[in-house]
Amino acid sequence: MTVGKDVSALFPDVVNCMQTDNLELKKLVYLYLMNYAKSQPDMAIMAVNTFVKDCEDPNPLIRALAVRTMGCIRVDKITEYLCEPLRKCLKDEDPYVRKTAAVCVAKLHDINAQLVEDQGFLDTLKDLISDSNPMVVANAVAALSEIAESHPSSNLLDLNPQSINKLLTALNECTEWGQIFILDCLANYTPKDDREAQSICERVTPRLSHANSAVVLSAVKVLMKFMEMLSKDLDYYGTLLKKLAPPLVTLLSAEPELQYVALRNINLIVQKRPEILKHEMKVFFVKYNDPIYVKLEKLDIMIRLASQANIAQVLAELKEYATEVDVDFVRKAVRAIGRCAIKVEQSAERCVSTLLDLIQTKVNYVVQEAIVVIKDIFRKYPNKYESVIATLCENLDSLDEPEARAAMIWIVGEYAERIDNADELLESFLEGFHDESTQVQLQLLTAIVKLFLKKPTETQELVQQVLSLATQDSDNPDLRDRGYIYWRLLSTDPVAAKEVVLAEKPLISEETDLIEPTLLDELICYIGTLASVYHKPPSAFVEGGRGVVHKSLPPRTASSESTESPETAPAGAPSGEQPDVIPTQGDLLGDLLNLDLGPPVSGPPLATTSVQMGAVDLLGGGLDSLMGDEPEGIGGPNFVAPPAAAVPANLGASMGSGLSDLFDLTSGVGTLSGSYVVPKAVWLPAMKAKGLEISGTFTRQVGSISMDLQLTNKALQVMTDFAIQFNRNSFGLAPAAPLQVHAPLSPNQTVEISLPLNTVGSVMKMEPLNNLQVAVKNNIDVFYFSTLYPLHILFVEDGKMDRQMFLATWKDIPNENEAQFQIRDCPLNAEAVSSRLQGSNIFTVAKRNVEAQDMLYQSLKLTNGIWVLAELRIQPGNPSFTLSLKCRAPEVSQHVYQAYETILKN
Amino acid sequence: MIHSLFLINSSGDIFLEKHWKSVVSRSVCDYFFEAQERATEAENVPPVIPTPHHYLLSVYRHKIFFVAVIQTEVPPLFVIEFLHRVVDTFQDYFGVCSEPVIKDNVVVVYEVLEEMLDNGFPLATESNILKELIKPPTILRTVVNTITGSTNVGDQLPTGQLSVVPWRRTGVKYTNNEAYFDVIEEIDAIIDKSGSTITAEIQGVIDACVKLTGMPDLTLSFMNPRLLDDVSFHPCVRFKRWESERILSFIPPDGNFRLLSYHVSAQNLVAIPVYVKHNISFRDSSSLGRFEITVGPKQTMGKTIEGVIVTSQMPKGVLNMSLTPSQGTHTFDPVTKMLSWDVGKINPQKLPSLKGTMSLQAGASKPDENPTINLQFKIQQLAISGLKVNRLDMYGEKYKPFKGIKYMTKAGKFQVRT
Repeated sequence: MTVGKDVSALFPDVVNCMQTDNLELKKLVYLYLMNYAKSQPDMAIMAVNTFVKDCEDPNPLIRALAVRTMGCIRVDKITEYLCEPLRKCLKDEDPYVRKTAAVCVAKLHDINAQLVEDQGFLDTLKDLISDSNPMVVANAVAALSEIAESHPSSNLLDLNPQSINKLLTALNECTEWGQIFILDCLANYTPKDDREAQSICERVTPRLSHANSAVVLSAVKVLMKFMEMLSKDLDYYGTLLKKLAPPLVTLLSAEPELQYVALRNINLIVQKRPEILKHEMKVFFVKYNDPIYVKLEKLDIMIRLASQANIAQVLAELKEYATEVDVDFVRKAVRAIGRCAIKVEQSAERCVSTLLDLIQTKVNYVVQEAIVVIKDIFRKYPNKYESVIATLCENLDSLDEPEARAAMIWIVGEYAERIDNADELLESFLEGFHDESTQVQLQLLTAIVKLFLKKPTETQELVQQVLSLATQDSDNPDLRDRGYIYWRLLSTDPVAAKEVVLAEKPLISEETDLIEPTLLDELICYIGTLASVYHKPPSAFVEGGRGVVHKSLPPRTASSESTESPETAPAGAPSGEQPDVIPTQGDLLGDLLNLDLGPPVSGPPLATTSVQMGAVDLLGGGLDSLMGDEPEGIGGPNFVAPPAAAVPANLGASMGSGLSDLFDLTSGVGTLSGSYVVPKAVWLPAMKAKGLEISGTFTRQVGSISMDLQLTNKALQVMTDFAIQFNRNSFGLAPAAPLQVHAPLSPNQTVEISLPLNTVGSVMKMEPLNNLQVAVKNNIDVFYFSTLYPLHILFVEDGKMDRQMFLATWKDIPNENEAQFQIRDCPLNAEAVSSRLQGSNIFTVAKRNVEAQDMLYQSLKLTNGIWVLAELRIQPGNPSFTLSLKCRAPEVSQHVYQAYETILKN
Repeated sequence: MIHSLFLINSSGDIFLEKHWKSVVSRSVCDYFFEAQERATEAENVPPVIPTPHHYLLSVYRHKIFFVAVIQTEVPPLFVIEFLHRVVDTFQDYFGVCSEPVIKDNVVVVYEVLEEMLDNGFPLATESNILKELIKPPTILRTVVNTITGSTNVGDQLPTGQLSVVPWRRTGVKYTNNEAYFDVIEEIDAIIDKSGSTITAEIQGVIDACVKLTGMPDLTLSFMNPRLLDDVSFHPCVRFKRWESERILSFIPPDGNFRLLSYHVSAQNLVAIPVYVKHNISFRDSSSLGRFEITVGPKQTMGKTIEGVIVTSQMPKGVLNMSLTPSQGTHTFDPVTKMLSWDVGKINPQKLPSLKGTMSLQAGASKPDENPTINLQFKIQQLAISGLKVNRLDMYGEKYKPFKGIKYMTKAGKFQVRT
C-alpha cells in the first residue's frame, strides 16, 4: 500500500480485524480503511459500527483516533454517520479529543460543505476559539482559516478586540504550529487605532525569538503590517525596527530551502522598509557552495541594499562573483554591477572600470552581459563615459546574443558622431539583416536613421537601404511601421525628424526593477505565503475555483507582469508588455503615438514630457520599454492602469491624424487634446454574463466621445456576434457605429474595442442623471448592465465664454441656482488646476487675486448646450477649494462637481 | 494544508508516498522530475515548484528529496520546517535517515507520519511525545516483539499533549539525575585572497541532555549574557524572565533537546582561529601549475586546533595533482576535481603544508576561476565568542543533580578565496 501496490482485494479480511484491542493493529486497519474505503464504499459501511463504538471509548486516545479516522474516510455514507459522534467529541471533556474534533470539522467541510453548515458545526467551531485550552484554540483557528479559504465571502473569522485578546493569550502557550495559525489569523485583523496596534505588536514581538522559522516569519508579517499604523515619531517604532533585523538575519543561517523563502520575503521587506537591514549587507554575501537559487536571491538583495556607504565592498564582491563557474550567476553578477552604477551615482565610475576589467577577460558571456549593462549606464549618465566606446567596439565580432548585439548597435547609433567608422560598423550588421532577431532589426533601423541625421552626406545610401529592407522585405508589422514612420518623417520634414529622433531622452533610474508600490503593499500583507515567494498577488496564481480574499488593496494582476522579473524589465520589448493588442497597422500606430495623447493633460510642463516619451518610444523600441518601467515619467493616474489598456482611446485615430498630431507637438504648438480618462472598471462581471467580462471607461478625444471596452471571454466556448445598444438617457448618448468585434472571441482571450458615441440619441431623464443602461448581445445571450459615466466627457471644446458674456450670465442666473461645494485635499496651485481643468474642457475665463486668495472664473458647456459657470476659490497653502457653480439647470451641478473632483484628484 | 508527501531518491524513484487528504496521483511528481533535470545538481532543485493544480515544496537531505504537495495558499516555511522536522524525527528514530532504513522500517515510518499530521495539520511533532505513541525500534524490542507478539505502539494517552508543558511527559524517573549542556559554536566566514575577513559570524547552539526525575525547574545564567542579542529559544524558555533578567528559566523536556540557538555577527566579537597561506598559480604557457598551502593557528586562546580538513574544488582544466603533505593524507579525484587533505592536529611549532604541482590540459588556456578553499576544524573546550555559563540551579525537586557543561568551536561554512 505504502509503496504503491494495490491491496484493495483484501478489504473484507482487513475489516474483520477492526474490532481488536490491539492498538497497533487497530491503527493499521484504520490506515487501510482511509486508503481503500473510497474504492469499496459498500464494504466500508461495515466499519461504521466499530467507529461509533470507539467514539464512546473511555480512553480519550481511542475516541480521538476514531473521530480522526472517520473524517479521513471520504465516503458520503460514512460521513452521515459521523455527525453525531463528532458533535459529542467537539464538546468532549478531554481537550485532546476536542482539538482533534476541531480539525475533523475542516475535513468534513472538504468532503461535504453543505452538511457542515446544516449541522451547525461552524458555530461550535467558533465557540472553540474561546476554549480554555490553547491547543484547542489553535486548531479551531486553523480549521476555520482553512474553511474560510474555500468560502472567501463568508465572514467566519470575524475578529474583535475580545477574540484577539484570547488569541494573543493562546499564542503564548500553544505549539509552534498553532502559533503559525494564530499569527496568520492575527495578520488579517485591522486594529482600530495605533494604540491597539502597538499593544498587539508588543505581545507578538517575543515570537521573533522562536526557533521555528515559520513562526518568526509569520510574526514579522504581523509586525510589518501593524507598523503601518504606528507613528514614526514613536519611540516604540524605532525599537520595533531594531528588533526586526536580528531574526531576519538568523533565518539566513538555516537550511537552504528555508533561506530561499526567507530571502524572497526579505526582498519585499527591504523594498518596503530599507532601514531595517541597511547595516546587514554582509550576511547577503554569497558563499560559493550556496545553491544557485539562494545565490541569485542574495545578489538581488545586495543591490537593493547598496548605498554610498557600502558600495566599495559590494563591488569587490560582485567582481569576485563574476569569475565564478556558474554561467547564470556570473551573468547576473555582471548585470548587478550595472545596476549599482545606476543606483549609486558616486560609484558609477568605479563600476565602469570594473566592467572594463571584465571585458578584458574576453570570456564571451561576460563581455556580452557587460555591454548590455554599459548601454544602461550610458542611458543614465550620458556624455560621461564615452571614452570606453573604443574598447567596446573591439569586441563587436564576439557578440552573438540578440540583446548584446542590440545594445551595441544602440551605442553605435547614439554616439555615431564620435565613432569614425560608425557607418562601416552598422553596414556590417546590415548584411545579415534578415537573419537577425526583431530586437536587433529594430535597433539597427533606428541606429542608421540616427547616423543619417548626424552625418547626412555619407550615409544616404545606407539609410535608403535599411528603410527599403524594413518596409519592403520584412513581414514584421512592427518593423515595417517603424520604417514607414521614419521614411515619412525624413521625407516631409528633416528638421522635425531630427527633433524627434535625436530628442533628449529621459534618464533611466534604478526604480525600474522595484515592485510597484501598491502591489508591494499588498504583498507585504502576504509575507510568508506563496504569494510572497512569487511576488505576485494570490489572485494571479491561485486556482480559479478557490476564491481569494484580497487583503487591504485591490488586486492588480496585470501590472505585476511587468514587475515580477527585474532581470528582463530593463530590456523587454514593448510588444511583450502589450500582449492583447492585435498588431494591425492602425493599432500599432495608436500604440506608438498614444503616449502623447493619452496621459492626463495638465498644462505645458507635462505636455513636453509626454512628447519626449512618445519620441523615445518611437526610437527605442526593443530597448526603451519606458512606458512600463518609468512611472514618474508619465506622471499621472493613468499609470495605475496597465499602460496598454489605459489608452486604447485613439486606436481609431488614423495614421494621418496621429502623425500630424506628432508634428504639431514637436513644432511647439502644443495642442492639448483629450480629457482625463478614468481607469477602466469592471462593468459586467463574468459571473453575471455567462463568462463574458466587460470592463471599460469613457474618453473624450478631440471632440469625439468614445466608450472603451475590454471584452474578456472567461467561458469555455467561443463568443461571436457581438452587438450593443443603449437605453434612452439624459444626454442622448448613443453608439455612433455598431460594435465591431472582428474575430470570434476564443476562451481566455481579451479584446479591446473603442466604440465611438454621439449625443443624438433619444433623451430621457435618468436617475441619477449620468446613468447609462447598456445591453450587450452575443451568440450566447443578451446581458444588461448599467454604468455611470463621468460628466466631463460631455464638456465640449468650445466651452469658453468671453468675459463680458460671463459676467452678464453670472448675474442673470438667479441666486437660488447657485450651488457650493468643497473640494478637499487637492494640493495643486491655481496654475496647475487651471491647466488640468482645461485639458478636460473646463476653461478659465478670468483669474483674480482677492485677499491672498486665487479666484478662478470658469465656464464649460455640455453637449446639449447647457452652460455651467464656476467660481473656484483657492487659498495658497490650504488644500481645500471652494467651488460655486451657477447653471440654469441646477440638477447638473452635483455631477459637474463630481467631474471637478475626479479631474483634480487624479 | 499539506496534502501528500513523496519520498524520492536521487535516481528519481518514488519509494514512499503518504496522503493525508484525498490521494494525489504520483504523476504530480513529473513536474518535480522536470525541475530536477533542469537543475544540474541535486542541491540546486528549487524548493518551490508550481504545477497547474498543486504546489510542490521540497527539501533535500541525506540524498533523499522530501516532496510535499499542497493545494492551497499555505505558508511555505511552515511546510519546509515541517519536512525538516520529519527528517529529524526519522533520524532520531532510526539513527540514520536513508532509503534502505526507511524501507526496512516502513510500518513505523507510516505510523509516525500518521501521528505527525492529521488532515494536513501538525498533530504531534515533539520527539518525546511521538516516542511515547510509537516506540522506536531497537534490536531488543524487535526480538521481544516477535516472541511476545506485542507491538511498538504505546497504549496510553500521550499525557504531555494535554498539560501546560506539552514538551515534557509526567512521571519521569531516573536513578542517576543528570543534566548536560553543550555549547557548540560554528564559525561561518569568508576570507579574501589577502587574508582579511570579508564576513564572519558565529552560529551558536546550546544542546542539552537532561535526565531528571519529576518536574524540575531550571535556571541557567551566563557570565556575559550581553553577547546574546539575537537568540531563538526552545518553547520551554520563559521569555519574560530573559527579557528582564537575562536568565534562562525553564522546565526542560525529557532527554535531548536544543535549548537555544544564537547568532553573533558583530565583527569584532568573531575571532578567526586559523589562517591559510596559499599560492596557487597557473601559467599561460606551461601545462604545469604551482600549488602550495599552509595552515596555521591564529586566535585560539591557547587551545589546539584539531580535525582539520581542507577541501577545494579545482578548476575543470586541472587533470591531476602531485602533492606532498608535511602531515596527514590527501586525495584528488580527477573526475570531480575535488582535492581533499585530512590534516589532523595543527602543531604550532611545525605548521602543516601541502606542496606540489598541478598538471593542466595541454594547450588549454589557463582557467578563469580561482579555486575556493573550504576548511573544517574543531577546537575543544572553547566557545570562540567567549560565551561562558555562570551557574545552573534547580528548583522544584529535592535531589541533587549531576551537572556538566562542555564547550566546542567548529568551522561552519569557512571559506578562503584564492
